[in-house]
Amino acid sequence: MRTARVAYGGAIHTAYPHERGVQLADGRALAEADVVWLPPFEVGTIIALGLNYSDHVKELSKELTITTKDEPLVFLKGPGAVIGHRGFTRRPAGVSFMHYECELAVVIGKPAHKVRAVDAMQHVAGYTVCNDYAIRDYLENWYRPNLRVKNRDTGTVLGPWLVDAEDVPHPHDLALRTLVNGNVTQQGHTGNMINDIPALIEYLSDFMTLAPGDVILTGTPEGVVNVNVGDEVVTEIDGIGRLVNTIVGDEAFGR
Amino acid sequence: MAIMFTALSIDMPMRPWRLSGTVYGTLLNHAPALASLGDAANAAPYKAAPKAPVLFVKPRNTLLAPGQPVCAPDGDGVWQVGVSLGIVIGRTACRVAESAANSVIAGYTMVVDFSLPHESFYRPSVRFKARDGSCALGPRVASLAELPEPDNLAITVTVDGAITQQASTANMIRPVARLLADVTDFMTLAPGDVLMLGVPHGAPITRAGQRIRAEIAGIGAWETVVAAATAQEAA
Repeated sequence: MRTARVAYGGAIHTAYPHERGVQLADGRALAEADVVWLPPFEVGTIIALGLNYSDHVKELSKELTITTKDEPLVFLKGPGAVIGHRGFTRRPAGVSFMHYECELAVVIGKPAHKVRAVDAMQHVAGYTVCNDYAIRDYLENWYRPNLRVKNRDTGTVLGPWLVDAEDVPHPHDLALRTLVNGNVTQQGHTGNMINDIPALIEYLSDFMTLAPGDVILTGTPEGVVNVNVGDEVVTEIDGIGRLVNTIVGDEAFGR
Repeated sequence: MAIMFTALSIDMPMRPWRLSGTVYGTLLNHAPALASLGDAANAAPYKAAPKAPVLFVKPRNTLLAPGQPVCAPDGDGVWQVGVSLGIVIGRTACRVAESAANSVIAGYTMVVDFSLPHESFYRPSVRFKARDGSCALGPRVASLAELPEPDNLAITVTVDGAITQQASTANMIRPVARLLADVTDFMTLAPGDVLMLGVPHGAPITRAGQRIRAEIAGIGAWETVVAAATAQEAA
């Protein structure tokens, strides 16, 4: 099953796919554009992976000081950065390199404490798509990646659907891509993760108990390019969803 | 297995009456902490002193419930005990001017941040700061009226009865209002969120069996004995 959370008619609803767009739990069928899409689950701790695709590591190799043999490069994000499908992400005036990152988001369903990789997938509730923006102009070499780069308001887009884990039997065999204004700019495959989902759950749950609603953003493959105000950015993963986002400028925020 | 988010039940007699559970940390805000790095701050891999606030997240699994012991990491490991003023947000804080900081602050609490000691601040592992039960909040939220001068409060840490750190909230590169202005320029803080002002240089190291007492003048004290990790496993 796939479910969304949407706002419509003064309330927040669970919604399901429908030939006209979405259908609310109460039966109303609506066009995709007629509802406000929220992140498809109540988001707990947001755990993000840097450099978890071998091709992306190669792409950035000139500026890297790590190798793929080191422990997973994990950082945490706060809840304020998150928005849903068809939302708007701010590009501050004057920056030169703001890029999307298409990522498979793994949503925890069952608490996980010191779980072995072999048992890890039982703790996954489902999957969604994440577009986790970065503004590299703000990169500083202290506690990388610093929050000003990776934890900005409107910078973490999640949705549209939470797809139940049982409907995704092969999460490491999914093609993913990003389209900017309809042109494919990023392509990858979840089989190229350096640390796969069971390995990440084993690694993380060894020191931090994962709880329902916690989400692991599993990293992005190569092909990140700059986006500009007005661009439509679509991050999609086969079998999971197609997540639409639009870049807007400072004026939308009264700046 | 222990998952407890009841750390949020500490006494908070003002809007929004309870903490949200989101805790952001600030690093290297204490001027002597940055100064202690000397020329290294401008050398590789850092290449330059920090410009924006250096921030991190204490996720919800780190929050200790009242009375819950902190457990030594991996049985015989040591903790670095960082005691910081916690700025408690009272109203949605987005692009707050320095001069308006008090309009979004509910009050102040103490954050005791347990970290695994680490030498490099370039890209430290999340393991160092995100372990279960490594963040104590409390013992209460003091109001703005009680603490009109948050940038000059004494911080005292004792280990087994001996004073191991005597510091204060002064000497910050960004005092409370300035930190809040710079952070909320790019990330909105919600009512009940806690932002650490920063841990003073010289945070003590402790191990299992030691009794820690942390106090910020005007807020209160928090005390615990560091338990062996086995207690955590059994919990």
